[in-house]
Amino acid sequence: MDILISGLLLGGTYALMAMGLNLQYGVARIMNLANGEMLVLGGLAAFWLFTASAISPLITALVVAPLAFAGNWLIYRYLLLPLVRRSKNQGQLEVDSILATFGISFALVGVMVSIHGEYITYSYLADPFSILGSTVALNRLVAFLAAATIGAALYIWLNRTYAGTAVRAVSVDTEAAGLVGINVDRISALAFALGGAVTAVGGTLISTFITLDASIGVIFTMKALIIIIMGGVGDIRGAIIAALILGLVETTVATVIDPGLTLAAAYVIFLAVLLFRPQGLFGRRTS
Amino acid sequence: MNSGEMKFLVIGVVLALGAASIPIVSDGYWLSIATTAMMYIALSTSWTLFSGPTHLIALSTGAFFGIGGYLVGSGMSDYDQSFWLMAIIAPVVATILAMLIGLATLRLSGVYFVIFTLGLAEMIRNLVSWVQNNFLGSRGLYVLTDFTEAHIYWMLLSVATIVFLAGWLINRSRLGFALRIIGNDEQVARHVGINTAWSKVILFMTTGFFAALVGAIVAPRYSYIEPNVVFSPQLSFLVVIMALLGGIHRLWGPLVGVIPFTLIWEAISISFPNSTTLFLGLSFLLIVYFIPNGFVGLFENLTGRMRK
Repeated sequence: MDILISGLLLGGTYALMAMGLNLQYGVARIMNLANGEMLVLGGLAAFWLFTASAISPLITALVVAPLAFAGNWLIYRYLLLPLVRRSKNQGQLEVDSILATFGISFALVGVMVSIHGEYITYSYLADPFSILGSTVALNRLVAFLAAATIGAALYIWLNRTYAGTAVRAVSVDTEAAGLVGINVDRISALAFALGGAVTAVGGTLISTFITLDASIGVIFTMKALIIIIMGGVGDIRGAIIAALILGLVETTVATVIDPGLTLAAAYVIFLAVLLFRPQGLFGRRTS
Repeated sequence: MNSGEMKFLVIGVVLALGAASIPIVSDGYWLSIATTAMMYIALSTSWTLFSGPTHLIALSTGAFFGIGGYLVGSGMSDYDQSFWLMAIIAPVVATILAMLIGLATLRLSGVYFVIFTLGLAEMIRNLVSWVQNNFLGSRGLYVLTDFTEAHIYWMLLSVATIVFLAGWLINRSRLGFALRIIGNDEQVARHVGINTAWSKVILFMTTGFFAALVGAIVAPRYSYIEPNVVFSPQLSFLVVIMALLGGIHRLWGPLVGVIPFTLIWEAISISFPNSTTLFLGLSFLLIVYFIPNGFVGLFENLTGRMRK
Protein backbone atom coordinates (compact mmCIF):
# COMPACT_ATOMS: atom_id res chain seq x y z
CA MET A 1 0.00 0.00 0.00
CA ASP A 2 2.82 2.37 0.87
CA ILE A 3 4.42 1.57 -2.46
CA LEU A 4 1.18 2.10 -4.31
CA ILE A 5 0.54 5.53 -2.80
CA SER A 6 4.03 6.94 -3.11
CA GLY A 7 4.40 5.40 -6.57
CA LEU A 8 1.26 7.15 -7.76
CA LEU A 9 2.35 10.42 -6.17
CA LEU A 10 5.72 10.21 -7.93
CA GLY A 11 4.01 9.28 -11.19
CA GLY A 12 1.79 12.35 -10.98
CA THR A 13 4.81 14.61 -10.89
CA TYR A 14 6.44 12.66 -13.71
CA ALA A 15 3.28 13.19 -15.74
CA LEU A 16 3.73 16.93 -15.54
CA MET A 17 7.27 16.89 -16.87
CA ALA A 18 6.31 14.44 -19.63
CA MET A 19 3.44 16.71 -20.58
CA GLY A 20 5.96 19.50 -21.12
CA LEU A 21 8.11 17.38 -23.40
CA ASN A 22 5.02 16.09 -25.18
CA LEU A 23 4.07 19.65 -26.16
CA GLN A 24 7.57 20.24 -27.48
CA TYR A 25 7.88 17.00 -29.40
CA GLY A 26 4.28 16.41 -30.37
CA VAL A 27 3.49 19.95 -31.52
CA ALA A 28 6.73 21.79 -32.26
CA ARG A 29 8.27 18.54 -33.63
CA ILE A 30 11.48 19.21 -31.73
CA MET A 31 13.04 16.30 -29.88
CA ASN A 32 14.23 18.52 -27.04
CA LEU A 33 16.97 16.65 -25.21
CA ALA A 34 17.64 19.70 -23.06
CA ASN A 35 14.26 19.19 -21.42
CA GLY A 36 15.78 17.64 -18.28
CA GLU A 37 17.99 20.67 -17.81
CA MET A 38 14.89 22.90 -17.75
CA LEU A 39 13.61 20.68 -14.98
CA VAL A 40 16.85 21.01 -13.00
CA LEU A 41 16.82 24.79 -13.52
CA GLY A 42 13.32 24.89 -12.04
CA GLY A 43 14.59 22.89 -9.08
CA LEU A 44 17.65 25.10 -8.71
CA ALA A 45 15.47 28.23 -8.59
CA ALA A 46 13.35 26.69 -5.84
CA PHE A 47 16.49 25.73 -3.90
CA TRP A 48 17.94 29.21 -4.14
CA LEU A 49 14.85 31.09 -3.11
CA PHE A 50 14.13 28.64 -0.32
CA THR A 51 17.61 28.60 1.21
CA ALA A 52 18.26 32.31 0.68
CA SER A 53 14.94 33.82 1.70
CA ALA A 54 12.74 30.89 2.76
CA ILE A 55 10.31 31.39 -0.10
CA SER A 56 7.95 28.46 -0.58
CA PRO A 57 8.58 26.43 -3.76
CA LEU A 58 4.91 26.85 -4.60
CA ILE A 59 5.45 30.59 -4.93
CA THR A 60 8.73 29.99 -6.79
CA ALA A 61 6.76 27.98 -9.33
CA LEU A 62 4.78 31.11 -10.17
CA VAL A 63 8.03 32.95 -10.88
CA VAL A 64 9.66 30.04 -12.72
CA ALA A 65 6.78 29.56 -15.16
CA PRO A 66 6.96 32.95 -16.97
CA LEU A 67 10.77 32.94 -16.93
CA ALA A 68 10.97 29.45 -18.42
CA PHE A 69 8.30 30.37 -20.94
CA ALA A 70 10.33 33.38 -22.11
CA GLY A 71 13.60 31.44 -22.11
CA ASN A 72 12.18 28.56 -24.12
CA TRP A 73 10.49 30.92 -26.54
CA LEU A 74 13.86 32.56 -27.20
CA ILE A 75 15.52 29.17 -27.63
CA TYR A 76 12.89 28.13 -30.15
CA ARG A 77 12.88 31.43 -32.02
CA TYR A 78 16.61 31.95 -32.33
CA LEU A 79 18.15 28.47 -32.15
CA LEU A 80 15.59 25.97 -33.37
CA LEU A 81 13.46 27.83 -35.92
CA PRO A 82 16.51 28.36 -38.19
CA LEU A 83 16.98 24.59 -38.14
CA VAL A 84 13.31 24.01 -38.99
CA ARG A 85 13.66 26.38 -41.95
CA ARG A 86 16.97 24.89 -43.06
CA SER A 87 15.98 21.25 -43.01
CA LYS A 88 14.65 19.68 -46.17
CA ASN A 89 12.82 16.83 -44.47
CA GLN A 90 11.74 15.55 -41.09
CA GLY A 91 14.76 13.21 -40.81
CA GLN A 92 17.23 16.03 -41.29
CA LEU A 93 15.37 18.16 -38.73
CA GLU A 94 15.41 15.28 -36.27
CA VAL A 95 19.19 14.86 -36.48
CA ASP A 96 19.82 18.61 -36.32
CA SER A 97 17.50 19.23 -33.42
CA ILE A 98 18.91 16.28 -31.48
CA LEU A 99 22.43 17.64 -31.89
CA ALA A 100 21.46 21.26 -31.20
CA THR A 101 19.52 20.40 -28.06
CA PHE A 102 22.43 18.25 -26.87
CA GLY A 103 24.51 21.37 -27.26
CA ILE A 104 22.02 23.44 -25.29
CA SER A 105 21.79 20.73 -22.67
CA PHE A 106 25.55 20.50 -22.12
CA ALA A 107 25.92 24.27 -22.14
CA LEU A 108 23.23 24.56 -19.44
CA VAL A 109 24.83 21.79 -17.37
CA GLY A 110 28.17 23.56 -17.70
CA VAL A 111 26.70 26.83 -16.50
CA MET A 112 24.86 25.15 -13.63
CA VAL A 113 27.95 23.24 -12.50
CA SER A 114 29.91 26.48 -12.32
CA ILE A 115 27.13 28.18 -10.34
CA HIS A 116 26.18 25.36 -8.00
CA GLY A 117 28.18 22.16 -8.31
CA GLU A 118 26.79 20.44 -5.22
CA TYR A 119 23.52 18.64 -4.60
CA ILE A 120 20.33 20.64 -4.86
CA THR A 121 18.54 19.62 -1.71
CA TYR A 122 16.53 21.37 0.94
CA SER A 123 13.85 20.43 3.40
CA TYR A 124 10.38 21.70 2.67
CA LEU A 125 7.24 20.22 4.25
CA ALA A 126 9.11 17.03 5.08
CA ASP A 127 6.43 16.09 7.62
CA PRO A 128 4.68 12.74 7.74
CA PHE A 129 1.11 12.71 6.55
CA SER A 130 -1.42 9.91 6.79
CA ILE A 131 -3.46 9.01 3.76
CA LEU A 132 -5.58 5.87 3.33
CA GLY A 133 -3.81 4.24 6.25
CA SER A 134 -0.29 4.72 4.96
CA THR A 135 2.14 7.48 5.71
CA VAL A 136 3.72 9.67 3.04
CA ALA A 137 5.80 12.81 3.18
CA LEU A 138 3.62 15.88 2.92
CA ASN A 139 5.83 17.44 0.22
CA ARG A 140 5.10 14.54 -2.14
CA LEU A 141 1.39 15.02 -1.70
CA VAL A 142 1.59 18.78 -2.21
CA ALA A 143 3.72 18.34 -5.33
CA PHE A 144 1.26 15.79 -6.67
CA LEU A 145 -1.73 18.04 -6.06
CA ALA A 146 0.01 21.00 -7.71
CA ALA A 147 1.00 18.84 -10.68
CA ALA A 148 -2.54 17.53 -11.01
CA THR A 149 -3.97 21.05 -10.94
CA ILE A 150 -1.58 22.29 -13.62
CA GLY A 151 -2.15 19.19 -15.71
CA ALA A 152 -5.92 19.58 -15.51
CA ALA A 153 -5.70 23.26 -16.43
CA LEU A 154 -3.54 22.40 -19.41
CA TYR A 155 -5.93 19.69 -20.51
CA ILE A 156 -8.90 22.04 -20.38
CA TRP A 157 -6.97 24.76 -22.19
CA LEU A 158 -6.05 22.34 -24.99
CA ASN A 159 -9.56 21.00 -25.40
CA ARG A 160 -11.79 23.96 -24.66
CA THR A 161 -10.10 27.07 -26.04
CA TYR A 162 -9.43 28.39 -29.50
CA ALA A 163 -5.64 28.54 -29.02
CA GLY A 164 -5.63 25.05 -27.57
CA THR A 165 -7.47 23.74 -30.61
CA ALA A 166 -4.89 25.37 -32.87
CA VAL A 167 -2.13 23.64 -30.89
CA ARG A 168 -3.83 20.29 -31.30
CA ALA A 169 -4.34 20.93 -35.00
CA VAL A 170 -0.62 21.58 -35.50
CA SER A 171 0.18 18.41 -33.60
CA VAL A 172 -2.00 16.37 -35.95
CA ASP A 173 -0.72 17.80 -39.23
CA THR A 174 1.48 20.86 -39.72
CA GLU A 175 0.62 21.34 -43.38
CA ALA A 176 -3.12 21.01 -42.99
CA ALA A 177 -3.02 23.37 -40.02
CA GLY A 178 -1.29 25.94 -42.19
CA LEU A 179 -3.95 25.52 -44.87
CA VAL A 180 -6.78 26.42 -42.50
CA GLY A 181 -5.07 29.63 -41.54
CA ILE A 182 -3.12 28.67 -38.43
CA ASN A 183 0.21 30.40 -38.04
CA VAL A 184 2.21 27.20 -37.57
CA ASP A 185 5.47 28.90 -36.59
CA ARG A 186 3.76 30.93 -33.88
CA ILE A 187 1.81 28.00 -32.50
CA SER A 188 4.94 25.84 -32.52
CA ALA A 189 6.86 28.51 -30.64
CA LEU A 190 3.97 28.83 -28.19
CA ALA A 191 3.83 25.07 -27.63
CA PHE A 192 7.59 24.83 -27.20
CA ALA A 193 7.69 27.70 -24.71
CA LEU A 194 4.68 26.36 -22.82
CA GLY A 195 6.24 22.90 -22.72
CA GLY A 196 9.45 24.31 -21.28
CA ALA A 197 7.51 26.24 -18.65
CA VAL A 198 5.51 23.17 -17.63
CA THR A 199 8.69 21.08 -17.32
CA ALA A 200 10.45 23.77 -15.28
CA VAL A 201 7.51 23.99 -12.88
CA GLY A 202 7.60 20.20 -12.68
CA GLY A 203 11.25 20.55 -11.65
CA THR A 204 10.37 23.06 -8.96
CA LEU A 205 7.84 20.60 -7.55
CA ILE A 206 10.09 17.53 -7.84
CA SER A 207 12.94 19.32 -6.07
CA THR A 208 10.85 19.40 -2.88
CA PHE A 209 11.23 15.64 -2.44
CA ILE A 210 13.99 14.41 -4.77
CA THR A 211 17.62 15.45 -4.51
CA LEU A 212 18.78 16.87 -7.84
CA ASP A 213 22.18 17.91 -9.08
CA ALA A 214 23.40 19.92 -12.04
CA SER A 215 24.05 16.92 -14.28
CA ILE A 216 21.03 14.74 -13.46
CA GLY A 217 18.85 16.35 -16.15
CA VAL A 218 19.54 13.67 -18.74
CA ILE A 219 18.02 10.98 -16.51
CA PHE A 220 14.79 12.95 -16.36
CA THR A 221 14.87 13.54 -20.10
CA MET A 222 15.17 9.78 -20.50
CA LYS A 223 12.23 9.12 -18.21
CA ALA A 224 10.06 11.74 -19.91
CA LEU A 225 10.88 10.21 -23.30
CA ILE A 226 10.03 6.72 -22.10
CA ILE A 227 6.71 8.01 -20.74
CA ILE A 228 5.88 9.75 -24.01
CA ILE A 229 6.71 6.73 -26.12
CA MET A 230 4.75 4.45 -23.81
CA GLY A 231 1.76 6.79 -23.84
CA GLY A 232 1.95 7.50 -27.56
CA VAL A 233 3.40 10.74 -28.95
CA GLY A 234 0.96 13.64 -28.57
CA ASP A 235 -1.47 11.63 -26.43
CA ILE A 236 -1.90 13.39 -23.09
CA ARG A 237 -4.10 10.76 -21.45
CA GLY A 238 -1.69 8.04 -22.52
CA ALA A 239 1.20 10.00 -21.06
CA ILE A 240 -0.56 10.34 -17.69
CA ILE A 241 -1.23 6.61 -17.46
CA ALA A 242 2.32 5.87 -18.59
CA ALA A 243 3.75 8.26 -15.99
CA LEU A 244 1.75 6.59 -13.22
CA ILE A 245 2.99 3.17 -14.38
CA LEU A 246 6.59 4.37 -14.43
CA GLY A 247 6.20 5.96 -10.98
CA LEU A 248 4.75 2.73 -9.58
CA VAL A 249 7.36 0.44 -11.12
CA GLU A 250 10.24 2.68 -10.05
CA THR A 251 8.98 2.92 -6.50
CA THR A 252 8.46 -0.84 -6.35
CA VAL A 253 11.95 -1.59 -7.63
CA ALA A 254 13.50 1.03 -5.34
CA THR A 255 11.76 -0.37 -2.25
CA VAL A 256 11.89 -4.09 -2.96
CA ILE A 257 15.23 -4.50 -4.74
CA ASP A 258 17.57 -1.50 -4.79
CA PRO A 259 17.20 2.27 -5.33
CA GLY A 260 20.14 2.15 -7.75
CA LEU A 261 18.12 0.13 -10.23
CA THR A 262 15.34 2.61 -11.04
CA LEU A 263 16.86 3.51 -14.39
CA ALA A 264 17.25 -0.17 -15.26
CA ALA A 265 13.56 -0.65 -14.38
CA ALA A 266 12.64 2.22 -16.68
CA TYR A 267 14.66 0.52 -19.41
CA VAL A 268 12.84 -2.75 -18.94
CA ILE A 269 9.54 -0.92 -19.41
CA PHE A 270 10.95 0.88 -22.43
CA LEU A 271 12.08 -2.38 -23.97
CA ALA A 272 8.70 -3.99 -23.37
CA VAL A 273 6.97 -1.04 -25.03
CA LEU A 274 9.28 -1.16 -28.03
CA LEU A 275 8.79 -4.89 -28.45
CA PHE A 276 5.04 -5.14 -27.86
CA ARG A 277 3.39 -1.75 -28.24
CA PRO A 278 5.67 0.62 -30.18
CA GLN A 279 2.64 2.69 -31.16
CA GLY A 280 1.94 3.55 -27.51
CA LEU A 281 -0.54 2.19 -24.98
CA PHE A 282 -3.62 3.55 -26.73
CA GLY A 283 -2.19 4.14 -30.18
CA ARG A 284 -3.39 2.25 -33.20
CA ARG A 285 -0.97 0.28 -35.27
CA THR A 286 -0.17 2.13 -38.48
CA SER A 287 0.53 0.43 -41.82
CA MET B 1 41.27 -1.17 -58.11
CA ASN B 2 41.47 2.09 -60.03
CA SER B 3 44.16 4.75 -59.80
CA GLY B 4 42.19 6.94 -57.36
CA GLU B 5 41.85 4.07 -54.92
CA MET B 6 45.51 3.20 -55.41
CA LYS B 7 46.45 6.75 -54.46
CA PHE B 8 44.34 6.57 -51.28
CA LEU B 9 45.85 3.21 -50.39
CA VAL B 10 49.40 4.58 -50.75
CA ILE B 11 48.55 7.64 -48.65
CA GLY B 12 46.95 5.36 -46.08
CA VAL B 13 49.99 3.09 -45.83
CA VAL B 14 52.33 6.07 -45.52
CA LEU B 15 50.16 7.60 -42.78
CA ALA B 16 49.94 4.32 -40.90
CA LEU B 17 53.72 3.82 -41.06
CA GLY B 18 54.25 7.40 -39.96
CA ALA B 19 51.83 6.93 -37.07
CA ALA B 20 53.55 3.67 -36.12
CA SER B 21 56.87 5.46 -35.67
CA ILE B 22 55.56 8.01 -33.15
CA PRO B 23 56.52 5.95 -30.07
CA ILE B 24 60.08 5.68 -31.41
CA VAL B 25 60.58 9.42 -31.72
CA SER B 26 58.70 10.58 -28.65
CA ASP B 27 57.59 9.31 -25.27
CA GLY B 28 55.94 10.68 -22.17
CA TYR B 29 53.45 13.47 -22.70
CA TRP B 30 53.15 13.45 -26.49
CA LEU B 31 52.94 9.68 -26.69
CA SER B 32 50.10 9.72 -24.19
CA ILE B 33 48.27 12.35 -26.27
CA ALA B 34 48.88 10.28 -29.40
CA THR B 35 47.48 7.20 -27.66
CA THR B 36 44.36 9.08 -26.64
CA ALA B 37 43.97 10.42 -30.17
CA MET B 38 44.44 6.94 -31.63
CA MET B 39 41.75 5.61 -29.29
CA TYR B 40 39.34 8.28 -30.52
CA ILE B 41 40.30 7.69 -34.16
CA ALA B 42 39.35 4.02 -33.84
CA LEU B 43 36.16 4.86 -31.94
CA SER B 44 34.88 7.70 -34.11
CA THR B 45 35.73 5.99 -37.37
CA SER B 46 33.90 2.83 -36.34
CA TRP B 47 31.02 5.00 -35.08
CA THR B 48 30.84 6.61 -38.51
CA LEU B 49 30.62 3.22 -40.23
CA PHE B 50 27.12 2.95 -38.80
CA SER B 51 25.97 6.50 -38.15
CA GLY B 52 27.42 8.06 -41.30
CA PRO B 53 25.22 6.36 -43.89
CA THR B 54 22.16 5.79 -41.66
CA HIS B 55 22.08 9.28 -40.02
CA LEU B 56 21.23 7.63 -36.70
CA ILE B 57 23.09 9.23 -33.81
CA ALA B 58 24.28 6.25 -31.76
CA LEU B 59 25.15 7.21 -28.20
CA SER B 60 26.16 3.72 -27.19
CA THR B 61 29.94 4.05 -27.54
CA GLY B 62 30.38 4.64 -23.80
CA ALA B 63 28.38 1.51 -23.00
CA PHE B 64 30.32 -0.80 -25.33
CA PHE B 65 33.66 0.75 -24.40
CA GLY B 66 32.74 0.21 -20.75
CA ILE B 67 31.84 -3.42 -21.38
CA GLY B 68 35.27 -3.92 -22.95
CA GLY B 69 37.11 -2.31 -20.04
CA TYR B 70 34.98 -3.84 -17.34
CA LEU B 71 35.10 -7.41 -18.65
CA VAL B 72 38.89 -7.24 -18.93
CA GLY B 73 39.07 -5.91 -15.37
CA SER B 74 36.61 -8.41 -13.98
CA GLY B 75 38.06 -11.37 -15.89
CA MET B 76 41.60 -10.63 -14.81
CA SER B 77 40.98 -9.83 -11.13
CA ASP B 78 37.96 -11.96 -10.27
CA TYR B 79 38.53 -15.00 -12.45
CA ASP B 80 42.31 -14.96 -13.11
CA GLN B 81 41.93 -15.05 -16.86
CA SER B 82 44.55 -13.70 -19.23
CA PHE B 83 44.25 -10.26 -20.80
CA TRP B 84 44.15 -11.78 -24.29
CA LEU B 85 41.29 -14.13 -23.57
CA MET B 86 39.22 -11.31 -22.08
CA ALA B 87 40.10 -8.99 -24.96
CA ILE B 88 38.51 -11.59 -27.25
CA ILE B 89 35.48 -12.31 -25.06
CA ALA B 90 34.59 -8.65 -24.42
CA PRO B 91 33.99 -7.62 -28.04
CA VAL B 92 31.95 -10.78 -28.62
CA VAL B 93 29.72 -9.95 -25.65
CA ALA B 94 29.33 -6.37 -26.90
CA THR B 95 28.49 -7.59 -30.40
CA ILE B 96 25.74 -9.84 -29.07
CA LEU B 97 24.37 -7.00 -26.95
CA ALA B 98 24.47 -4.68 -29.97
CA MET B 99 22.53 -7.26 -31.94
CA LEU B 100 19.82 -7.48 -29.28
CA ILE B 101 19.56 -3.70 -28.96
CA GLY B 102 19.53 -3.33 -32.72
CA LEU B 103 16.82 -5.94 -33.18
CA ALA B 104 14.65 -4.28 -30.54
CA THR B 105 15.04 -0.68 -31.71
CA LEU B 106 16.24 -0.46 -35.30
CA ARG B 107 13.06 -1.92 -36.76
CA LEU B 108 11.24 1.19 -35.55
CA SER B 109 11.67 4.90 -36.07
CA GLY B 110 15.20 6.19 -35.63
CA VAL B 111 14.31 8.39 -32.68
CA TYR B 112 13.62 5.35 -30.50
CA PHE B 113 17.09 4.06 -31.22
CA VAL B 114 18.72 7.37 -30.26
CA ILE B 115 16.74 7.55 -27.03
CA PHE B 116 17.54 3.95 -26.15
CA THR B 117 21.26 4.49 -26.56
CA LEU B 118 21.15 7.81 -24.69
CA GLY B 119 20.85 6.27 -21.22
CA LEU B 120 22.44 2.93 -22.04
CA ALA B 121 25.89 3.54 -20.53
CA GLU B 122 24.34 4.89 -17.32
CA MET B 123 21.90 1.99 -17.08
CA ILE B 124 24.58 -0.68 -17.57
CA ARG B 125 26.77 1.11 -15.04
CA ASN B 126 23.91 0.96 -12.51
CA LEU B 127 23.38 -2.73 -13.20
CA VAL B 128 27.07 -3.59 -12.97
CA SER B 129 27.50 -1.63 -9.73
CA TRP B 130 24.48 -3.38 -8.27
CA VAL B 131 25.72 -6.85 -9.23
CA GLN B 132 29.17 -6.05 -7.92
CA ASN B 133 27.94 -4.66 -4.60
CA ASN B 134 25.49 -7.44 -3.89
CA PHE B 135 26.98 -10.59 -5.34
CA LEU B 136 30.67 -10.19 -6.05
CA GLY B 137 31.64 -8.18 -3.01
CA SER B 138 34.87 -6.68 -4.27
CA ARG B 139 34.81 -3.15 -5.65
CA GLY B 140 38.26 -2.69 -7.10
CA LEU B 141 39.36 -4.47 -10.26
CA TYR B 142 43.02 -4.40 -11.16
CA VAL B 143 44.34 -4.77 -14.67
CA LEU B 144 48.03 -5.44 -14.25
CA THR B 145 49.99 -6.16 -17.43
CA ASP B 146 53.53 -5.49 -18.67
CA PHE B 147 52.26 -3.32 -21.49
CA THR B 148 53.89 0.05 -21.90
CA GLU B 149 52.12 3.03 -23.39
CA ALA B 150 53.82 2.26 -26.73
CA HIS B 151 52.36 -1.27 -26.79
CA ILE B 152 48.87 0.06 -26.20
CA TYR B 153 49.42 2.69 -28.85
CA TRP B 154 50.47 0.11 -31.42
CA MET B 155 47.53 -2.12 -30.60
CA LEU B 156 45.16 0.82 -31.03
CA LEU B 157 46.84 1.72 -34.31
CA SER B 158 46.24 -1.81 -35.57
CA VAL B 159 42.59 -1.64 -34.55
CA ALA B 160 42.23 1.74 -36.27
CA THR B 161 43.81 0.31 -39.42
CA ILE B 162 41.44 -2.65 -39.34
CA VAL B 163 38.50 -0.26 -38.89
CA PHE B 164 39.60 1.67 -41.97
CA LEU B 165 40.00 -1.51 -44.00
CA ALA B 166 36.61 -2.74 -42.83
CA GLY B 167 35.04 0.59 -43.73
CA TRP B 168 36.62 0.48 -47.18
CA LEU B 169 35.42 -3.07 -47.78
CA ILE B 170 31.90 -2.29 -46.51
CA ASN B 171 31.70 0.75 -48.79
CA ARG B 172 32.48 -1.45 -51.78
CA SER B 173 30.15 -4.25 -50.73
CA ARG B 174 26.45 -4.80 -51.31
CA LEU B 175 25.89 -4.01 -47.64
CA GLY B 176 27.49 -0.57 -47.96
CA PHE B 177 25.45 0.18 -51.06
CA ALA B 178 22.26 -0.93 -49.31
CA LEU B 179 23.09 1.28 -46.35
CA ARG B 180 23.59 4.35 -48.50
CA ILE B 181 20.18 3.79 -50.06
CA ILE B 182 18.63 3.38 -46.61
CA GLY B 183 20.25 6.65 -45.52
CA ASN B 184 18.86 8.50 -48.54
CA ASP B 185 15.37 7.09 -48.41
CA GLU B 186 14.38 4.16 -46.29
CA GLN B 187 11.10 3.56 -48.11
CA VAL B 188 12.84 3.30 -51.46
CA ALA B 189 15.30 0.89 -49.88
CA ARG B 190 12.48 -1.29 -48.61
CA HIS B 191 10.75 -1.24 -51.98
CA VAL B 192 13.79 -2.44 -53.87
CA GLY B 193 13.94 -5.41 -51.53
CA ILE B 194 16.62 -4.44 -49.01
CA ASN B 195 16.23 -5.93 -45.58
CA THR B 196 16.67 -2.53 -43.92
CA ALA B 197 16.51 -3.69 -40.32
CA TRP B 198 19.17 -6.38 -40.68
CA SER B 199 21.53 -4.16 -42.68
CA LYS B 200 21.41 -1.59 -39.90
CA VAL B 201 21.75 -4.21 -37.17
CA ILE B 202 24.85 -5.72 -38.78
CA LEU B 203 26.56 -2.35 -39.03
CA PHE B 204 25.59 -1.49 -35.47
CA MET B 205 27.12 -4.78 -34.32
CA THR B 206 30.35 -3.83 -36.07
CA THR B 207 30.41 -0.54 -34.18
CA GLY B 208 29.77 -2.30 -30.89
CA PHE B 209 32.50 -4.83 -31.57
CA PHE B 210 35.17 -2.21 -32.20
CA ALA B 211 34.12 0.02 -29.29
CA ALA B 212 34.43 -2.91 -26.87
CA LEU B 213 37.74 -3.98 -28.39
CA VAL B 214 39.13 -0.48 -27.91
CA GLY B 215 37.77 -0.45 -24.35
CA ALA B 216 39.53 -3.75 -23.64
CA ILE B 217 42.85 -2.57 -25.06
CA VAL B 218 42.74 0.70 -23.16
CA ALA B 219 41.90 -1.04 -19.85
CA PRO B 220 45.59 -1.63 -18.87
CA ARG B 221 46.08 2.13 -19.12
CA TYR B 222 43.73 2.69 -16.20
CA SER B 223 45.16 -0.29 -14.25
CA TYR B 224 42.34 0.19 -11.71
CA ILE B 225 38.88 -0.33 -13.18
CA GLU B 226 35.76 1.07 -11.59
CA PRO B 227 32.31 1.04 -13.22
CA ASN B 228 32.01 4.80 -12.63
CA VAL B 229 35.10 5.43 -14.71
CA VAL B 230 34.76 3.07 -17.65
CA PHE B 231 31.03 3.53 -18.30
CA SER B 232 31.33 7.19 -19.13
CA PRO B 233 28.38 8.78 -20.96
CA GLN B 234 30.67 11.66 -21.86
CA LEU B 235 32.77 9.37 -24.05
CA SER B 236 29.77 8.69 -26.30
CA PHE B 237 29.32 12.39 -26.88
CA LEU B 238 33.01 13.09 -27.45
CA VAL B 239 33.09 10.43 -30.15
CA VAL B 240 30.02 11.92 -31.82
CA ILE B 241 31.46 15.45 -31.75
CA MET B 242 34.82 14.42 -33.15
CA ALA B 243 33.23 12.46 -35.99
CA LEU B 244 30.82 15.28 -36.87
CA LEU B 245 33.56 17.89 -36.64
CA GLY B 246 35.60 15.99 -39.21
CA GLY B 247 32.67 15.03 -41.41
CA ILE B 248 30.80 11.75 -41.51
CA HIS B 249 30.22 11.34 -45.24
CA ARG B 250 33.81 10.27 -45.86
CA LEU B 251 35.64 7.37 -44.25
CA TRP B 252 38.63 9.56 -43.38
CA GLY B 253 36.44 12.43 -42.12
CA PRO B 254 36.53 11.59 -38.39
CA LEU B 255 40.32 11.40 -38.52
CA VAL B 256 40.41 15.07 -39.48
CA GLY B 257 38.16 15.94 -36.54
CA VAL B 258 39.80 13.81 -33.87
CA ILE B 259 43.30 15.28 -34.00
CA PRO B 260 42.48 18.97 -33.42
CA PHE B 261 39.67 18.16 -30.98
CA THR B 262 41.85 15.88 -28.84
CA LEU B 263 44.48 18.60 -28.54
CA ILE B 264 41.91 21.27 -27.60
CA TRP B 265 40.13 18.90 -25.23
CA GLU B 266 43.40 18.03 -23.43
CA ALA B 267 44.28 21.71 -23.13
CA ILE B 268 40.86 22.60 -21.73
CA SER B 269 40.77 19.63 -19.34
CA ILE B 270 44.07 20.81 -17.86
CA SER B 271 43.51 24.59 -17.80
CA PHE B 272 39.76 24.79 -17.13
CA PRO B 273 38.70 21.40 -15.70
CA ASN B 274 35.33 22.83 -14.61
CA SER B 275 34.35 24.13 -18.01
CA THR B 276 34.63 20.93 -20.05
CA THR B 277 30.87 20.35 -20.13
CA LEU B 278 30.19 23.91 -21.22
CA PHE B 279 32.81 23.51 -23.93
CA LEU B 280 31.21 20.25 -25.06
CA GLY B 281 27.86 22.02 -25.42
CA LEU B 282 29.30 24.95 -27.33
CA SER B 283 31.11 22.59 -29.70
CA PHE B 284 27.84 20.84 -30.50
CA LEU B 285 26.17 24.18 -31.26
CA LEU B 286 29.13 25.35 -33.32
CA ILE B 287 29.00 22.20 -35.46
CA VAL B 288 25.23 22.26 -36.01
CA TYR B 289 25.05 25.93 -36.94
CA PHE B 290 28.31 26.63 -38.70
CA ILE B 291 29.97 23.43 -39.93
CA PRO B 292 27.12 20.99 -40.52
CA ASN B 293 29.21 18.91 -42.93
CA GLY B 294 32.39 19.02 -40.88
CA PHE B 295 35.87 20.01 -41.95
CA VAL B 296 35.65 17.66 -44.92
CA GLY B 297 32.52 19.48 -46.09
CA LEU B 298 34.24 22.86 -45.76
CA PHE B 299 37.26 21.58 -47.62
CA GLU B 300 35.22 20.05 -50.42
CA ASN B 301 33.22 23.27 -50.75
CA LEU B 302 36.44 25.23 -51.12
CA THR B 303 38.01 22.93 -53.71
CA GLY B 304 34.67 22.78 -55.52
CA ARG B 305 34.63 26.56 -55.78
CA MET B 306 38.23 26.74 -56.93
CA ARG B 307 37.51 24.33 -59.76
CA LYS B 308 34.78 26.64 -61.02
